[in-house]
Amino acid sequence: MKKWLRRHETYVFLVIVLFSIIITSQNASFLTLENLFDLLKSYSFLGILAIGVLFVLISGGIDISFTAVATVAMYVMAIATIQYGGNMLTAFLIACSVGVALGLINAVIIYVFNIHSIITTIATLNIFYGVLTVLSGGKWIYGFPTWFREFADRRVLTLTNEAGVQYGLSTITLIWLAILIMAWVILRYTTLGRGLYAMGGNPDSAARVGFNIFRLQMFVYAFMGFLAGIAGVIQALLVQTVAPNSIVGKELDVLAAVVLGGASLFGGTGTLLGTMLGVALIAVMSNGLTMMRVPSFWYNVFIGLIIIISVSASAYRRRQRERRMIAVEAE
Amino acid sequence: MFSREYSESLTLGLVMVGVLLLMWLLNGSQFVTIGNLQSMAFQLPELGILSLAMMITMLTAGINLSIIASANLCGIVTALILTRYVTPETAGAETMALVVLAIAAGLLTSVIIGLLNGALIAIVDVSPILATLGTMTLLNGVAIVVTKGYVISGLPEPVRFIGNGVVLGIPTPMIIFIVCAAVMALLLNRTRLGVNIYMIGSNPTACYFAGVNNAAVLMKTYLISGLYAGIAAIIMISRFNSAKADYGESYLLLTVLASVLGGTSAAGGFGKVSDLVIALIILQLVSSGLNLLQISNFLTLAIWGIILISVMVVNHVTQQYRERRVTA
Repeated sequence: MKKWLRRHETYVFLVIVLFSIIITSQNASFLTLENLFDLLKSYSFLGILAIGVLFVLISGGIDISFTAVATVAMYVMAIATIQYGGNMLTAFLIACSVGVALGLINAVIIYVFNIHSIITTIATLNIFYGVLTVLSGGKWIYGFPTWFREFADRRVLTLTNEAGVQYGLSTITLIWLAILIMAWVILRYTTLGRGLYAMGGNPDSAARVGFNIFRLQMFVYAFMGFLAGIAGVIQALLVQTVAPNSIVGKELDVLAAVVLGGASLFGGTGTLLGTMLGVALIAVMSNGLTMMRVPSFWYNVFIGLIIIISVSASAYRRRQRERRMIAVEAE
Repeated sequence: MFSREYSESLTLGLVMVGVLLLMWLLNGSQFVTIGNLQSMAFQLPELGILSLAMMITMLTAGINLSIIASANLCGIVTALILTRYVTPETAGAETMALVVLAIAAGLLTSVIIGLLNGALIAIVDVSPILATLGTMTLLNGVAIVVTKGYVISGLPEPVRFIGNGVVLGIPTPMIIFIVCAAVMALLLNRTRLGVNIYMIGSNPTACYFAGVNNAAVLMKTYLISGLYAGIAAIIMISRFNSAKADYGESYLLLTVLASVLGGTSAAGGFGKVSDLVIALIILQLVSSGLNLLQISNFLTLAIWGIILISVMVVNHVTQQYRERRVTA
């Protein structure tokens, strides 16, 4: 019990439960399977990007450029798919290769020239996005093939509500789940995953115990790019159009979700459970406000307050912990 | 041969001359006309003052992600007072008094925001990027709630002068920027607070044990940062002749880009106002030059990114070269 109380995740979970109770008391259709499946589908995009950002934060870096990477991947995928056809697998393969390539560019600049990751990725965000917008002329892309449109509506599990409308667990949610399991295995059971925590905690020590820092960096930014590629395809699936400005500008929203989940910007800490709870908190908040008929312009006020309270609480608990440690040392 | 800072300033100066010559070459004589110089002098101050607001927090190894959101909120406060109380019937003197009052209210808002950021960072001990990420979202939210997402437009004439007027051939926003930059330079180089700001950025623990009240210095840093965002807000609403919750959002990452290009270290402790001004001039030359060639603004963004990485690479290589010579 005491162990649970010390964890950030517990508090986020309690807040989600509290919000859910309040929202349900106002509008009973919040706590239905239909709404849940709906949220799980529409928040796959944020959820997948959040996993990538978590990896980068654990490794002690930060990535701002992933929104531009996702946009570029989405564009290349859309043009190739519409021009040459293909199937869902090739669409994902194309987008992910683009994502990995751009991620590797970030990693090389950060490592070889020793430039801080936030600065590198702010620069590459502008470069990727700028070049894309110039080359594409800022045009929107419509007219995906039929199979692409059908895939977006495919469900693993189909139910029918009282009004006769079908709903269910979307395939897109399964992709999110698969990535989540993969990420969990990497972080928990592989040397690679432990290396990320080690590097985030202290890069010099990690290098001395034998971790290849350059390889870890390459992996983490390539993985972020890979997930940005997948997220780009999912965004295209969800809205069925490709616009140059539909993703760029959301980078700090994703960062906020990960931070709400308790990941630290100093590296070496952060859990997938926390990150997913952070995404869930944002999903419940924004969906709940709509359900309670609160005008949507109140949304940022609530999210802002929650971020401030959450980071203040973490800071307070960190200081308490430090104080305890100093007291122990003094004895 | 050269100290690190001197060599970085030199690189930056060379880039500026190079960019100037290149743009001159590409555009011909139309690049150095009075009209073009003046339009550059109108455009630079907004990003310039916001970059000063960003830079001072980066010197303490912090960051202020909330500057654009605070600027918009301050602009909205000022614009709301102006549009509500200044009518065509109000007399000259009364209008002036209301304008001064409205601007004072806007700047007061920015000071309060600065204190809020400062309190979260200095007293609650939240890391600056998280604290200001939170206040950024909150302030943006408040701005949307206050305006319901609409534009507040139609400001009285004296306010429009601030952003669009010309005094002795120099645009008023440029004069305000020069004053802001000079004050910032004096503050950083000639006052105790300035020295403490650099010290906190280099080593907060050493600074604390040297008898500096770190919390007070950080409070003042974020207060000044907020105030500068407020000043930028007044210029912004005056130039747009309106205020809105989401103006200038793309400026946020650009202020970091400008600061870093100007030699400000993200790890804190290093950075000079003069280099930041050179960096801003480089960015403005590229932007105006490409604009005259009718090249897309987005390519300008890409080129700004490329310049930033190139300058960082050159600095890294020269520093390694110097280190190797020292060890040899």
